[in-house]
Amino acid sequence: MTMILPRTTVTEEDWLQAVDRLAAGKCTLLGLWGDDGCVHMALLTGSDIAVLTYVCKVGTYPSVGARHPAAIRLERAIGSLFGFEAVGSPDTRPWLDLGFWDVKRPLGAQKPAREPTPYTFLPAEGEALHQIPVGPVHAGIIEPGHFRFTANGEHVVRLEQRLGYVHKGIESLMRGASLEQAAKLAARTSGDSTAAYSLAFAQAVEAAVEVKVPPRAVYLRALMAELERLANHFGDIGAICNDASFALMHAQTGILRERTLRAAQACFGHRLMMDAVVPGGVARDIAADGPSAVAALVAEVRKVFPRLIELYDSTASLQDRTVTTGIAKPEYAKSFGAGGYVGRASGRDFDARRAPGYAPYTELSFEVPVLQDGDVNARVWIRIREVDESLKLIDQILERLPAGAIAVPVEANGGTREGLALIEAFRGDVLVYVRLGEDGRIERCHLRDASWFQWPLLEVAIEGNIVADFPLCNKSFNCSYSGHDL
Amino acid sequence: MRKTLLESLTRGPLTEPAPPPDQAALAELAQSVDRAARARLGRSLSIREVDAGSCNGCELEIHALSNAFYDLERLGLRFVASPRHADVLLVTGPVTKNMREALLRTYNATPDPKWVVAVGACAADGGVFAGSYAVAGGVKDVVPVDLHIRGCPPSPTELLKGLLAVLTSANEKAHGG
Repeated sequence: MTMILPRTTVTEEDWLQAVDRLAAGKCTLLGLWGDDGCVHMALLTGSDIAVLTYVCKVGTYPSVGARHPAAIRLERAIGSLFGFEAVGSPDTRPWLDLGFWDVKRPLGAQKPAREPTPYTFLPAEGEALHQIPVGPVHAGIIEPGHFRFTANGEHVVRLEQRLGYVHKGIESLMRGASLEQAAKLAARTSGDSTAAYSLAFAQAVEAAVEVKVPPRAVYLRALMAELERLANHFGDIGAICNDASFALMHAQTGILRERTLRAAQACFGHRLMMDAVVPGGVARDIAADGPSAVAALVAEVRKVFPRLIELYDSTASLQDRTVTTGIAKPEYAKSFGAGGYVGRASGRDFDARRAPGYAPYTELSFEVPVLQDGDVNARVWIRIREVDESLKLIDQILERLPAGAIAVPVEANGGTREGLALIEAFRGDVLVYVRLGEDGRIERCHLRDASWFQWPLLEVAIEGNIVADFPLCNKSFNCSYSGHDL
Repeated sequence: MRKTLLESLTRGPLTEPAPPPDQAALAELAQSVDRAARARLGRSLSIREVDAGSCNGCELEIHALSNAFYDLERLGLRFVASPRHADVLLVTGPVTKNMREALLRTYNATPDPKWVVAVGACAADGGVFAGSYAVAGGVKDVVPVDLHIRGCPPSPTELLKGLLAVLTSANEKAHGG
């Protein structure tokens, strides 16, 4: 979904009214981010997106998190990056700023950093409780973050995450960047979702400058997005089983993942399709033998994958680990607006490809699987069914791939321009807001990963589970660190 | 399960021949690795991967090294969970200021002799993230680096070429180089 922003600057009363609607579950929080002298809040009602702006006259704004917990981390991040204070917030500790930068409030009124104040984790009190600190450097080949467990014997009583270790200052590098530089940064926000991020950034820019992308590019973008979804889902399904010590599945889905990446390489010249989507279209056309490489991949998956699913479903020892483990309750998924397989495994029937929707998905047929159980098993099954849907989509894309140009020029067309895009990455919806200055350079670009509304649910889902099931639960969420930390 | 297993037995392996070690990498290594270390480590290396700020792209390709096509372990290379067990630190990402101390501590926790291999365009000099208030720079700006494997991200084949160069370099010297 893309839109040219009719952004509304609101009064305190209107802002608080929006918070009321959020708290009552009448709309979903899509994003909350800082800007020069103000904060913006994006809301989803049905399939309509509205963006409200509150001017922080004295450096403060009424807290959304006070009544709607999904906003708390976003407000903490605004505090650390811009210095605006959310009045009434229940949690004012820093977020992303771990005390290692030379500056405070790097995106706002900067000031030199002083000695960091010690970070206080939330308390958990009781006899025989002990803490297990994990990270930032983990045992596997994964991204860094800190997990603080409080356990009673084997049972997790409380998990608190502390993130920000891979914060690279992307939004500060975006300021003043040319479109080309900015597209490269967007593509490297979360490497596993590079096609989705490039697409979200491109669509936001195209909305801002009111450019229409040629149909062939629209279809090629969707092909990339579905290949990326397939590769990640294969990787995840195998990795989840591997964390339950079922290595056979990991080996088999690893083969499918590799075949998918090779098909991507054959089509677009890069295994992860980095920088393949650019504002205005796509950077290169699909190779002559690309469609046949994809068709061969689809045929191979259709042959092998059903057998692997049967294997997953009929292995009792594996089911014993995944069924009823790490339950994310539907009410939390709804209230946090958790997207992707996390939300859909917990009853939240949302997919940005369908609604608000964007081309070419609006003219393709596909289903959005939804389950209610919210456990590791449900998150595996959502992925399994999404693999099937992606295959169907790829069939349709190859069948209908229009001829013609693959890109149009994108130029600044006078004045300040703003655009917004909401794209369904494999992990969930990515929101990108972009504002271009008169010179066509980026004034402000905000990228909100799906993980912002999934990480907090993991904290709740692990409660009462045993410590040894954490890797399994964590992998079934597979939240992004880099996409979140920016 | 039986069918899948049987088919795996009768079908030839998917594993592809290993690429030759990268010549440029061998040259870079020749300058950095001391002879005693090479002699001691011989034909096998334990690798500890450290994400010091990467976008996760490099991690995906490092993961791929363990799949059936590249099968890293057949070459004497394996990933370990602790820096205490490692000979090689495989470091990705621009080093963020928030990860600087963690990387240093990991480096110090790794026993000598050790190699540091910086993976990816960002690990070389910060890449597209260079100059940010939150980025300390490339890996070499924080810990000594023996080899750079470039690419965004480097493909598994490129990674293998570089890692085999480390292994070859260790091996040659071990046998009277």
